[in-house]
Amino acid sequence: MQGNEAVAYGALDAGVNFFAGYPITPSTEVAEILSVELPKRGGVFVQMEDEIASICAITGASLAGAKSLTATSGPGFSLMQEGIGFAKITETPCVVVNVQRMGPSTGMPTSPAQGDIMQAKWGSHGDSPSIVLYPDSVKESYELTIRAVNLAEKYRTCVILLLDEVIGHMREAVRLPDMANVRVINRIKPTVPPHWYKHYDENQKYLSPLASYGEGYRFHVTGLTHDSHGFPTNKSSEASEMMERLRKKIDYNIRDLVQIESHQMEDAKIAIFTAGITARAAKAAIAMARAEGIKVGLLRPLTIWPFPDDAVRKMLRNVETVIVPELNQGQLIHEIQRLTKDKSDGNLIPIQRVNGQLITPNDILRKIKEVS
Amino acid sequence: MANIPQRIIHEYLRHDKKFPHVWCAGCSNGIVLGAIIRAIASLNLDRDDIVMVSGIGCSSRMPVYVDFNTLHTLHGRSIAYATGVKLHKPNLKVIVVTGDGDCTAIGGNHLIHAARRNIDLKVILINNNIYGMTGGQCSPTTPHEAIATTAPYGNIEPDFNVCNLAMGAGASFVARTTAFHVLEMQGIVKDALEHPGFSLVEVVSACPVIYGRLNKKGGAPQMMKDFRDNSVPLAAVDKLPPEKVEGKIIRGILRREIRPEYCAQYASLVERIKDKEADNG
Amino acid sequence: MAKSYEIRLSGSGGQGLILAGIILARAAVIEKRRVTQTQSYGPESRGGYSRADVIISDEEIYFPEATNFNCLLALTQEACDVYLYDLRDSGILIIDTTFVKNLALAAENTYELPFTEIAQEKLGSPITTNILSLAFMTQITGIVKPESLKQSIAESVKPAFVELNHKAMELGFELAKKYKK
Repeated sequence: MQGNEAVAYGALDAGVNFFAGYPITPSTEVAEILSVELPKRGGVFVQMEDEIASICAITGASLAGAKSLTATSGPGFSLMQEGIGFAKITETPCVVVNVQRMGPSTGMPTSPAQGDIMQAKWGSHGDSPSIVLYPDSVKESYELTIRAVNLAEKYRTCVILLLDEVIGHMREAVRLPDMANVRVINRIKPTVPPHWYKHYDENQKYLSPLASYGEGYRFHVTGLTHDSHGFPTNKSSEASEMMERLRKKIDYNIRDLVQIESHQMEDAKIAIFTAGITARAAKAAIAMARAEGIKVGLLRPLTIWPFPDDAVRKMLRNVETVIVPELNQGQLIHEIQRLTKDKSDGNLIPIQRVNGQLITPNDILRKIKEVS
Repeated sequence: MANIPQRIIHEYLRHDKKFPHVWCAGCSNGIVLGAIIRAIASLNLDRDDIVMVSGIGCSSRMPVYVDFNTLHTLHGRSIAYATGVKLHKPNLKVIVVTGDGDCTAIGGNHLIHAARRNIDLKVILINNNIYGMTGGQCSPTTPHEAIATTAPYGNIEPDFNVCNLAMGAGASFVARTTAFHVLEMQGIVKDALEHPGFSLVEVVSACPVIYGRLNKKGGAPQMMKDFRDNSVPLAAVDKLPPEKVEGKIIRGILRREIRPEYCAQYASLVERIKDKEADNG
Repeated sequence: MAKSYEIRLSGSGGQGLILAGIILARAAVIEKRRVTQTQSYGPESRGGYSRADVIISDEEIYFPEATNFNCLLALTQEACDVYLYDLRDSGILIIDTTFVKNLALAAENTYELPFTEIAQEKLGSPITTNILSLAFMTQITGIVKPESLKQSIAESVKPAFVELNHKAMELGFELAKKYKK
C-alpha cells in the first residue's frame, strides 16, 4: 500500500464522508481513491474549481455535520491558508493533508522536501495555534490520518497532516487493523434546547458541543471576531476571550496532543531530532553508528505542532550534542535553539538539504562521526 | 386579519441580537432583506431548513440579522462554502447573499463553476456598482467612466453584465430586478427559491452614500426614481423601438429552464454504484 | 542471502519501471518478507527519467531509498551512467543493450541483453520490456521465487493483460537460464 492510499483509507476508517479537492502532484492519489470509495459508501466526493474552493467546501460541509477532509501540496496549501484560518476561528472540524514538495512556487513537483513545517504553524494570518501531525511510514500515515480526523472532531479545529513526497508515494506492506479496534471520535452534539445553545461554550474544558445546520439550532458562524454565541463583536474583552480560548484549548490539552517516538535514547550522548522521512535515514544511521560503538539516539515528533517542548528539554539535559537533519534551510532547528539555553552553538548541528534529494543515512553517519 | 408585511419580517429577524444594522440610510440592502423574507414566508419554508451564506461586503452582513442557519464567510468564497453545505445536506434550502465585488471579482471563479454544475444554490447578487464597505473602490460592475476612489479620473474598464455571465456559464435560472421594483423582486426571489437548479437573481441597487455621492446621483430617492425610469421589463423589450431600450436595465426572468441538478446527479450516481455493488456481491 | 537486498530499476518514463517495482515488492510481500518500494520520476508521463527502488529484508527497513544497490537494472544509457557508481562492488548489473551502448565502469557481474528488441520480436511489443527484464533479474538474483512473481503479476495488472505478462515473464526466466556470461 502507498502512503497516499493509506491516507485515503485512514480517512474512510475515521468516518470521513466528505472530500473536496483539486488535483495536485504529489497528493492526487488521495483524491482518486476517495472518488472511487466515497460514493460507494454514500459519502460525497467533489472536485472543486481550485484549492480555495476545496477548503471552503469542506468547512461548509462540516458545519452541516460532515466529517470532511481535503488533500493538497505546497501551492494548494498556500492557497488554502485563509480558509484554514476561517476553520480555526470558527472552530469547525476539518483535516487538510499536505503532501509536501520541493521549493517555493511550482518548485519540483515530484521531489521531496520538508519546507512547510513553519507554514503549517504560521501559514494563516493573524496568530492562531495549530495541530499538525507528521508520519514517517505508510502504516503511520494511516494511523495519523485517523488521529487527525479524531483530533479535529474533538478540538473543533482544522488539523493538518504533513506528509513527505517520498512517504506519499512509498509502498510498504501494511496490515490494516480490524475496524473494531479503530478508535473513532465524533464531535460532541449539544444536548441543550436550541435557545440555550452557545456555539462556543467556554465551560467545558475548552471542548464544546457542536450543532449542525438543519437540526433546529439556527446558529450563526462568522469569520469576524465573535462572542460565545457566534455573533460579531468589536469589544476588546470579547475579542481577547475568543483568542485566548483558541490558544487554551491547545495549551491545556498538550499531553493529549503531543506524541513523540524516542528511539535508542536511553544511553545516548548524541541525539538526532527530526521528523518524517529524514527520521528513517536517522534510524539507519544510528544502526550503523551503534555498530561502531557510538551512543546515538533519535527523538522524533509525530505531533509537530504543538511542539514537544518538554521532551526536547529532557533530551537537551541528557545529551551532549543534537543533530537536526531536515529537508529545508532550517526550520525545526529554530525550535531546538529556542529551548537551548545553556548550550553553546557548537553542540547543535544542522544538516540541511534543498535540492530534491533525500538526506541519506550516510550523510547523517558522517556527521555523527564528526561530532563523536 | 391578514398579516401586515412588517410583522412577517419581524418573525424572521434575530430581534434580540444584533440591531441596529450596519447599513447606511438609503441603502437598498434592507429592501432586499425584506423581499427575501416575504418570499420565504409566502412559501411557508421551515426556518430550520434554510441556510443563508454570505461572503464579505455590505450585503454580506445580512445573515447575522435573520433567524436561519447562517454562515458569514470569506471574501468571495460564499458559493464555495454553500456548495459544501448543500452537497452534504441537499434537503436544505441554501441561499447565498452576495455583492458585485464579492461575487464577480474575487469570487467570479466560484460563480461560474457553481452555475456550470447547476447546483441548487439561490444566489441573490445585490449589485450596487461599487465596493461600499471599504469606501467606494471600483468593482467589475462599476460602469464605464463612472467615478470610484480607485478610478478617480473615471473608470476606463468596461463592466460585467452579470446575468449574461451566469447564463454563459450555464445557470438554469437567471433574473434581474431593481431595488425600486419590490413586489417584482419578491416574486422573482420566490420563483428562484422554487426553481430546482442554480439560480442567480441580480438586484440592481442603490448605494447613495458612496456610489451616489461620488457620481452625483442625487441621493437615495432620486436613485430609486432612476431605477423606475431607466429600466424596461423583458416583456416590453420587443414592443419598444430600439432607442428606448438602449442603455436601460432589462428586468425580469431572463432564463428559466430545467436541466439536471448537481446534487440529484450525485444521488443517482451513488444509487447506480450501490446497485452495481449489490449485483457483484 | 543478505539480510537486506537493495534493487534499483531505472530507465525513462513510460517503460513501466514503477509498475515493475510494485510487482517485485508485492512478490516479496507474498513471501512474507519486509519490503519498501519508492520511486522518483520527472514530470513527464513519457520520457524523462524514472526509477523505482525496492528493498527486501528480513529486518525492519529504516531508510526506504536504495543507496548502495545489490542489483541495478538499467534500461537507458542515461540511467546506467548516473546510477552505476552506486552499485556495490559485488553487485549485479543488468542492462538493456537496445539503448545502453557504453559502460563507464566494468562491473563484475554484468548481464547484457537487448530486452526491448527481444520484447518487440518475441512478444510483438516493447510494452512488456519491464516484465521481461524483471523476470530475468529475479531469476539471476533469486530474490523472489518464480511462483511469487507469477502471482504478483496476476494481482497487479489488468485481467486482460495477465496472459501477455506471464508470457513475458516465462521468456525472461528462460533467457536467464540460458544466459552465458
